[in-house]
Amino acid sequence: MELLSGNEAIARGAWEAGVRFAAAYPGTPSTETLEALGKYEGVYAEWATNEKVAVESAVGASIAGARVLSTMKHVGVNVAADPLFTAACTGVHGGMVVLAADDPGMYSSQNEQDSHYYAAAAKIPMLDPADSQEAYQFTKDAFELSERFDVPFFIRSSVRISHTKTPVEVGERVEVELKNYDVNCAKWVMMPAFAKPRRTVQLQRIAELSEWAETCPYNKVIEGSKEIGVICGGAAYQHVRAALPDASVFKLGLSWPLPKKALAAFAASVDAVYVVEEGSTYMIDAVRAAGVNVSEAPCGIPSESELTAGIIKAAFGRELPAIKPAPADLPGRPPALCPGCPHRVVFRELNRMKALVMGDIGCYTLGTLPPLNAMNACIDMGASISMAHGYEVAAEGTDHRPVVSVIGDSTFGHSGLSSLISTVYNCGKGTVCILDNRTTAMTGRQGNPFNGITLQNRPSRELDLEGVVRALGIEDVRVIDPYSVKEVRKALKEATSSDELSVLIFRHPCILLTKQHEAAYSVTADCVGCGVCNTLGCPAISKNEQGIAAIDESMCIGCGQCAQYCGSKAIQQLVPTNNIA
Amino acid sequence: MSTTTVLLCGVGGQGTILAADLLARTAIAAGLDVKISEIHGMAQRGGSVTTTVRFGESVDSMVADLGDSDYIISFETTEALRNLPYLKEGGKMLVSDETITPVTVLIGAQKMPKGAHETLAAEGALLMPAVQIAKEAGTAKASNVALLGALSAFLDFDSAIWEEAIAKRVPPKTIDTNLKAFRNGRAFALEN
Repeated sequence: MELLSGNEAIARGAWEAGVRFAAAYPGTPSTETLEALGKYEGVYAEWATNEKVAVESAVGASIAGARVLSTMKHVGVNVAADPLFTAACTGVHGGMVVLAADDPGMYSSQNEQDSHYYAAAAKIPMLDPADSQEAYQFTKDAFELSERFDVPFFIRSSVRISHTKTPVEVGERVEVELKNYDVNCAKWVMMPAFAKPRRTVQLQRIAELSEWAETCPYNKVIEGSKEIGVICGGAAYQHVRAALPDASVFKLGLSWPLPKKALAAFAASVDAVYVVEEGSTYMIDAVRAAGVNVSEAPCGIPSESELTAGIIKAAFGRELPAIKPAPADLPGRPPALCPGCPHRVVFRELNRMKALVMGDIGCYTLGTLPPLNAMNACIDMGASISMAHGYEVAAEGTDHRPVVSVIGDSTFGHSGLSSLISTVYNCGKGTVCILDNRTTAMTGRQGNPFNGITLQNRPSRELDLEGVVRALGIEDVRVIDPYSVKEVRKALKEATSSDELSVLIFRHPCILLTKQHEAAYSVTADCVGCGVCNTLGCPAISKNEQGIAAIDESMCIGCGQCAQYCGSKAIQQLVPTNNIA
Repeated sequence: MSTTTVLLCGVGGQGTILAADLLARTAIAAGLDVKISEIHGMAQRGGSVTTTVRFGESVDSMVADLGDSDYIISFETTEALRNLPYLKEGGKMLVSDETITPVTVLIGAQKMPKGAHETLAAEGALLMPAVQIAKEAGTAKASNVALLGALSAFLDFDSAIWEEAIAKRVPPKTIDTNLKAFRNGRAFALEN
């Protein structure tokens, strides 16, 4: 027995099922799945530049006859939707499984979307594990099911499944031979002449899947009192069991297609049927559409954020424990850029010049928060450059602030590059800042094309970022040390004053990549309390009631950014010792 | 046996996840079902974090509910106050006396709470110098294990099970330091 997170369990299940090829782009809460899988023998696993590319590579490997896995967070499914919808028509050769990991409660995401809708829309069957044991077993089974029904299978997870560790009884790996590839254009070339008959095949398959859903082992009924019957799945199932231990429960382990007859039979066995789901109305709508008369929970279930047993108890009017209030006016503790973060000065300077900043997805989205206050919009991966272009065009001829886009190296590789090509092609202007910290930092420092590190440490090449940008025909391309305030200020000023498109690459490794730090700085008696160092939002710098600054030497990594802002030269480096660990 | 809920809270990067893992492995070694729920991603960059461990004969929900935690282990005083609503009536808080000032206060936008120690003491919290205890054992980094040592004084697991779980899980070079931090933390709770 092993204690595994849902992600580790999915990796284990895939490995045991004989998976040979896996591809993903990192995204919370899915990231650890491929990291865990990559450590097993006999599996080729890679970080792709984005989720669409990952799924397409997986389809190719499936055509070659391998069992394949692709993993992504919920918004990654949006990116991969194009190949997924058509792969649901072509079907598979080697079994294909796709993990869609949702984030109800938005712990580390820009939106709260329910991947169940993708299963229904793309006609891809979806298994919904409720703990790591199920995540392991459902994934292991899904490869065979994928081959049996000739369609990819989704494993749907959420943050509380992916990042909860529970005991798992594991098994052994089964070596699955690569299937022979036979030319079959009618199955794989989705031009209209072949896609039309394939659509008929898809509809027949949906009928077969719907029939199978009625008796498949993934759905189960937990018999309880007749008064309340609850339909639920995934993490919500666990909360329902905790909140309403007496209720009868229909646990949906297969959330698409729904077992309509079995649900109707369950409904007939209880006095009232309820649906409990997180941040969505997918399931209640689908169950109602299946003809089941679903009641509303007496006190209502919130349609946003994640559920807890307490929220479900409240919805059903059950008694709740007494709650001690927290003291009023506790200070908030939002996440912040780390001490020494190479992004900090860029945002401080963008704030100083009152730039209009289109941002992107990564640690650097934290540049939005006070005191940096240097981001105006952020919606999805790679959007900064295209949004800046749209703004520039729309505001042409008006008196507007300098428009700057800010994007990380990994996000640029994900989809920023295509935005930049489009901007160049359409003669766009503006300033693009690529914050190249040599890693995919937010999700835990994964490799990417621009640092040349691959998931299984295969030798690779480090793509020449400035070379790629110059090759598009952009002339003003500069590489700047973001630790130098003077250089950052100068580059931003020059780039935003010119009418041509500029790309500024701010290059310095993420401070989490190395434990070797410089000697800490401290504040001398020369501090006049002007507060400029506090405008950097460094977690190591505080001030007392008179405004006099202080640096926490245990947190300071000696980057020296603050010292460059201090007009009184009151921030001085302590006597350097040999690289403090 | 009913399910026991332990909420571990602190600031991203303080080591709540390892502490939760050690507690869970101890519960498993004692023959119980267990669930540990963690938060990864953006919240880890110095923000408030919580990790929940629930153990018992059969554990359902993995999330700590308001008013439902038997124990709150806080690595920081402000986070202990923030999570007070999660404490069950009659539950126990074990709190490291360390205070980490959030950026909202560093920049002057908000203020630290007054009398945090007194408020916590009034709630029956055991405030302990976890960092100091860990330093005496060899490294400040073992403050999470010192807090676990204190928790062990309240739970029914044998010290031997705890120590085996620690020895199996931490890097080999740090076993002695971690065991010392655990024992000193436990002794502190038994004496106070």
